[in-house]
Amino acid sequence: MLSMPGLRLRRKKKLNRSIAVDLALFLVLSAAGAFMAVPFVFMVSTALKPLDEMFLFPPTFIVRSPTLDNFYDLTLIFANSWVPLSRYIFNTVFVAFLGTAGHVILASMAAYPLAKLKLPGGNLLFTIVILSLMFAPQVTAIPNYLTITWLGLLDSYWALIFPALATSLGLFLMKQFMEQIPDALIEAAKIDGASEYRIFWKIIMPIVRPAWLTLVIFSFKGLWGTGSGEQGASFVYSEQLKTMDYAFGQILSGGFVRSGPMAAAALIMMLVPVSIFILTQRSVIQTMSTSGLKD
Amino acid sequence: MASGKSGTALELRGSTGAVRRPNARRGNLARLIGEIKRKRHGYTLLAPYFILFFTFTAFPVLMAFALSFTSFNVLEPPKWVGWENYANLFVKDEVFLTAVKNTLLFAAVTGPISYVACFFLAWLINELSPGIRSVVTLLFYAPSISGNVYLIWQVAFSGDSFGYVNAFLMKWGFAMEPIQWLQDPKYMLAIIMVVQLWLSLGTAFLAFIAGLQGLDATLVEAGAIDGIRNRWQELWFITLPSLRPMLMFGAVMQITASFAVADVATNLVGFPSPQYAGHTIVTHLNDFGAIRFEMGYASSVAAVLFAMMLGTNLVVQKLLRKVGE
Repeated sequence: MLSMPGLRLRRKKKLNRSIAVDLALFLVLSAAGAFMAVPFVFMVSTALKPLDEMFLFPPTFIVRSPTLDNFYDLTLIFANSWVPLSRYIFNTVFVAFLGTAGHVILASMAAYPLAKLKLPGGNLLFTIVILSLMFAPQVTAIPNYLTITWLGLLDSYWALIFPALATSLGLFLMKQFMEQIPDALIEAAKIDGASEYRIFWKIIMPIVRPAWLTLVIFSFKGLWGTGSGEQGASFVYSEQLKTMDYAFGQILSGGFVRSGPMAAAALIMMLVPVSIFILTQRSVIQTMSTSGLKD
Repeated sequence: MASGKSGTALELRGSTGAVRRPNARRGNLARLIGEIKRKRHGYTLLAPYFILFFTFTAFPVLMAFALSFTSFNVLEPPKWVGWENYANLFVKDEVFLTAVKNTLLFAAVTGPISYVACFFLAWLINELSPGIRSVVTLLFYAPSISGNVYLIWQVAFSGDSFGYVNAFLMKWGFAMEPIQWLQDPKYMLAIIMVVQLWLSLGTAFLAFIAGLQGLDATLVEAGAIDGIRNRWQELWFITLPSLRPMLMFGAVMQITASFAVADVATNLVGFPSPQYAGHTIVTHLNDFGAIRFEMGYASSVAAVLFAMMLGTNLVVQKLLRKVGE
């Protein structure tokens, strides 16, 4: 009887843990958390600062008299540009939505036969996909520029969308996730006379919902910030086809005075991908649990 | 491949040897064609993705290698120049050598640090309760999906006394006058590295979190019986070996990213940066590809970058296979 409470106490305590080390590691985690969080706090604060407060010495880390002036200035900056802000927004939304939807559908279509149909040559294709994870897209920028030009797609939305449709990470994650679907499920559907296409669309796609939500966030975050780098600038050069990220990037060339509107713009830009991640986090983690590279 | 292999197997068994072999091979080929025909729907499903994948990812690598042996300005057809581009890169182009040095420094510092940080932080977060865990995960992952938010570092490290770091140092007497953080080659590389690390808890970090959550708790209990006393032993003997597939995937993500530093450097310290202190292989590639239109030369830069990334990745994969063995 006497040993009972003690036993229960020991079982509550986690295995292999000591309070001293717990505490030390908690401090490490807090420090890392602060390092990650400070720039965000600082950015929100800068976005809300009135212009005169930008030039205080010593500078205020947290804004004293917050205003929405910078957001208003943002619209003023674009009031004078001949391409209206709404056009940049449309361009980004169009490219990001079409590119993401296309990528999710194409990658899922390709992942299903690779994961479940044991096609001759399938392993070779998947090995090439894994190898392509091992170099950055910058390696292929020049050939892609030439291909896009040759296809007559230069300076169009498609120049941004097409290369993004077949990124390798999406296919990799989707295929790994689909491998855990029991074969019996597919066999049963085949016996019922369902075609491969029907099986893919009606049975596989609903099951792999976590995986395609993951592909959505990975593909979207890339396309949402597209068009600002060197590569985006040479693939699409007409001002009216440029993206929001590019337009906002120009603001900062106005120097320190513009850091308020810049922070406001960055805040607006990050809201969309971060919200998508908040909504899909559980699915993303579930998908990543199958992401390992097997030997 | 498959038909060839079974062909030799037959030959070895070979009582009827030479006579049977062609038939067997034809039989295997017929079987293969039959299988491909039977599974044609599968090929139809993967065709759209792989047509785009080969057009924009796989063949371009070969194209880049081919172009790297030419002189090509887009207007005139490419001219074969043999190894000249490579010779110029490594002998004449001092800026490229600076770029290689900077890129290797980046990769050697941010690569391993970010990789260890991804794992270590994921490991710490895993001890938290589920609700707090998802909030902390969001906080740590957010920089990598927040686009241009990292530009705020530029304001923090601004070279006048309104920059936060300068104001702080001057107020507390560590500096008498503002330091030109983003213009002084002494500090540029280090600042870019810090910002790059801030941005680096990405896909690998999520993979580690997922892997740790899926860890089999009975393994830990069994380990305790086998004499594992503290969390460090548990980490080394149980957690790391079970997570090996994730560790290998995460390494690919971090290595590839650590060699591709460019946009962050360009946006923080400008292009070209003072004394090329923030110049990387990718900025060199962009310089010759997107600005000077020397596509042949730029392709040789791309080929070098490709070799470095793939080589490092394959070596690290080999090493990680040994974890916990």
